[in-house]
Amino acid sequence: MIYLKLFFSFIQVGLFSIGGGYAAMPLIRSQIVEQRGWLTMAEFMNLITIAEMTPGPITVNAATFTGIRIAGIGGAIAATLGCIFPSLILVSMLAFLYYRCQKFSIIQNMLASLRPAVIALISSAGLSIARTTLLTDKEFSSVSLRLPDAAVFVTAFILLRKLKWNPILTMLLCGFSYLLLHLLVPVLP
Amino acid sequence: MPNRKMLRLFVSMLYISAFTFGGGFVIITLMKRKFVDELKWIEEQEMLDLTALAQSAPGAVAVNAAILLGWRSAGLAGTIAAVIGTVLPPLVILSMISFFYAAFAANPYIALLLRGMQAGIAAVIMDLVCDLIRSILREKSIISSLLLIVSFAAAFFYKADPVYIILVAIIYGILNELIRKLQ
Repeated sequence: MIYLKLFFSFIQVGLFSIGGGYAAMPLIRSQIVEQRGWLTMAEFMNLITIAEMTPGPITVNAATFTGIRIAGIGGAIAATLGCIFPSLILVSMLAFLYYRCQKFSIIQNMLASLRPAVIALISSAGLSIARTTLLTDKEFSSVSLRLPDAAVFVTAFILLRKLKWNPILTMLLCGFSYLLLHLLVPVLP
Repeated sequence: MPNRKMLRLFVSMLYISAFTFGGGFVIITLMKRKFVDELKWIEEQEMLDLTALAQSAPGAVAVNAAILLGWRSAGLAGTIAAVIGTVLPPLVILSMISFFYAAFAANPYIALLLRGMQAGIAAVIMDLVCDLIRSILREKSIISSLLLIVSFAAAFFYKADPVYIILVAIIYGILNELIRKLQ
């Protein structure tokens, strides 16, 4: 049955994609394109483009896209359930352990040294996103600042930091003002 | 009133997930703003612990974080509410787009809208980063600051796998405890 096949295929994707994001891409490709032949390589490239442009985790996006191609909405749901199933089991166990053992001094110590590491990971992710958005990095030429993007970034940062704006509202405002800016001034990069 | 809390959880995750472009740490940022700063359901430290757990377990960071936060807020029922809220927006949006993806992917207006939102997302994360780094510096602990700097360098400059960075931090914490016990 195709729903079960989708479910079990995406259990493997969910189970082995540690660290999330692009680490999962080669895994999805080998499952979906090479082993099962559910998508062609061209369709897989489309999937990556769309996954970048739409919200949500890349594994969930891949599951939905593949499921719907193969077996409609039911397929999308089966594949998505498959890819979150391992997380549901393993992370629930982790949550149980965390709230059980939080009080032990060894766990306290572990968590205390984990926090700076997690803050470093968030900072690194944030700086990488800022760098790819704000700087052009063409081959054979020096790195330069994209002015419209930088203007939007700085405005958003001030709105968030000084005026305590809601982050999602700020993001939407950034999108629409960027679009408007380019419609009004078509020569912008 | 557990039902109201579950509904709140579901709607909050639905709303956050619908706007999470660009990976696990974006949703972590929005979740921190919502559940720590706005609703005050959990403390900042606990959110960081949950982030570490979400990052080290297999699967999507966003889904893992939703499971942990749901569990913490309303047990198993909370987990289910949070996960459905997280998965529903990408499921619906991608289902719709998969029917006309060529037109969607080639549309210049959508590309501009998304690029502007990308700049906004960068600002949202950098805003949180300022808060978090300040909270570490306020501890006035040289060890914490050093851990922060070394982990950052490993992640940003050397592109080390986050799983290894978390593992090294855990091992350091355990060693620290053992040394303290021996003294």
